[in-house]
Amino acid sequence: MLNSLSNYLHKKDRLRLVALLTTPVLWLVVAYLGALAMLLVTAFFTIDGFTGNVIQQFNLGNFQDMLTDAAYKNVVLRTLGIAISVTLICSVLAIPMAFYMAKIARPRSQKILVALVLTPLWASYLVKIYAWRTMLEPGNGVLDWLLGPIGIHSPGFGGPAIIIGLSYLWLPYMILPIYAGLERLPNNLLDASGDLGAHNFYTFRKVILPLIFPSLVAGSMFTFSLSLGDYITAQIIGGKLQMLGNVVYQNFSINLPFAATIAMIPVSIMALYLYLVRRTGALASM
Amino acid sequence: MTISRNARLLLASLLGVGLAFIYVPLSVVIINSFNASKTFSWPPSQFTTMWWSKAIENTGVREALKWSVLAGLSATAIALILGTCLAFAVSRYQFFGREVISLLVVLPISLPGVVTGIALNNAFTKQLGMSTGLLTVVIGHATFCIVIVYNNAIARLRRMGTSLQEASMDLGANGITTFRLITLPNLASALFAGGLLAFGLSFDEIVVTTFTAGPGIQTLPIWIYNNLFRPNQAPIVNVVAATLVVLSIVPIYLSQRLSQDTTTGGRF
Repeated sequence: MLNSLSNYLHKKDRLRLVALLTTPVLWLVVAYLGALAMLLVTAFFTIDGFTGNVIQQFNLGNFQDMLTDAAYKNVVLRTLGIAISVTLICSVLAIPMAFYMAKIARPRSQKILVALVLTPLWASYLVKIYAWRTMLEPGNGVLDWLLGPIGIHSPGFGGPAIIIGLSYLWLPYMILPIYAGLERLPNNLLDASGDLGAHNFYTFRKVILPLIFPSLVAGSMFTFSLSLGDYITAQIIGGKLQMLGNVVYQNFSINLPFAATIAMIPVSIMALYLYLVRRTGALASM
Repeated sequence: MTISRNARLLLASLLGVGLAFIYVPLSVVIINSFNASKTFSWPPSQFTTMWWSKAIENTGVREALKWSVLAGLSATAIALILGTCLAFAVSRYQFFGREVISLLVVLPISLPGVVTGIALNNAFTKQLGMSTGLLTVVIGHATFCIVIVYNNAIARLRRMGTSLQEASMDLGANGITTFRLITLPNLASALFAGGLLAFGLSFDEIVVTTFTAGPGIQTLPIWIYNNLFRPNQAPIVNVVAATLVVLSIVPIYLSQRLSQDTTTGGRF
């Protein structure tokens, strides 16, 4: 019975394709896209100020509120600033690390270094932010104890803490694509540049950087997008500072339509970012 | 390659600084779990293993671990089936909308967790009238785990090609036998890596879980989060945190041993 079914399916190529596709596509379209679409629709509803129930009447009030209130503009700008800073910090830290791993380390230590960079990815997200809470604790934190003697003090909880915490979380996501990109880069290109008289930094700027640009873009997709929607880091080490995610989170239980409206901001920014990335062609050459 | 000694030293020290940046906070977590003081104090003046034995007996932690494993295994199982089906369809067939599938499948992890979270919560509770619980958590987790399995499986399927399968069929094996003896064994390590990663992702997830788990379910991350700001629970939280840091070595060890193409743990 099973065998005859198998033979039957083998002859019917299209039927096999349909059998493979139906469940996963239904799952993603119904459970995921459906939910997203309903959220988008909800963004155009309002709530009854008295009962707190959602009134299903199409209007643009939420978008007006969002665009006219300067507080939201500040949150958007702050969140963008944080996401961009995190991306820059991760790039600056990741490039020399990845370069050493890919081009200088011996094959044996190379494997160990990759493992060392990867391991923290498997350590819990919350644990890592919690670790930074103990690091940054003003006064008796680890950072003050460690770097206090050389005059560096913890910035305390707030914007800088969020940037440090998020950079810490996403750094491996930046190192790995750059490492992969550098590994593919032939050594003789660097030799040629050196033989033609370029010094290290010039080679880096004119040869290495353009060639690993797609890897940087790939890394930035993680560092930028993951920072953009984060709210837990801000809750734990951000002090009173709010990011877009916090505004969504807070409005979720009191005013779902407005939370949905705000949620459209990171989604649109990501869509625009992906579009720009596609236009640079960085993804195609990965 | 010719890199001057100074440049080498500079790069090595930058690597050192980077690794210190990564590992100092993690070490602090582990050391802190042995800190005898009930409130946070650094450096620890006395060490104890008392909190470890207390944490092992803690029913809240055990319960949370149970939910995390249950949700993780269920989500991984679903993701393995759906992700593999999609990978077969996209790698072995030409059809209308094939490119859309690869976009559709990455969307759940590309969009911010909080957006996915409130969208699912709204759909489950408001539109479908479901109550939140293990089922909704599993649906949420499986949705963003599919892409992980899909990526691992499709990379392997593309590299495998179809010649082995064709040879098997030419020698008289039917579809099921070929799948059992040829395709699956060749695919197994990629599926294992994908499944491992999917489980890891689900086990660590907090944002989507916050919105899809009802009050009755606390996964481990939710438990940590709920107890993070309770001073009398701090020592137990420290132990749980330290355990999770130490456990992160396991998947790396497994995936490094498994095969070359999964040395990155399948994340890329």
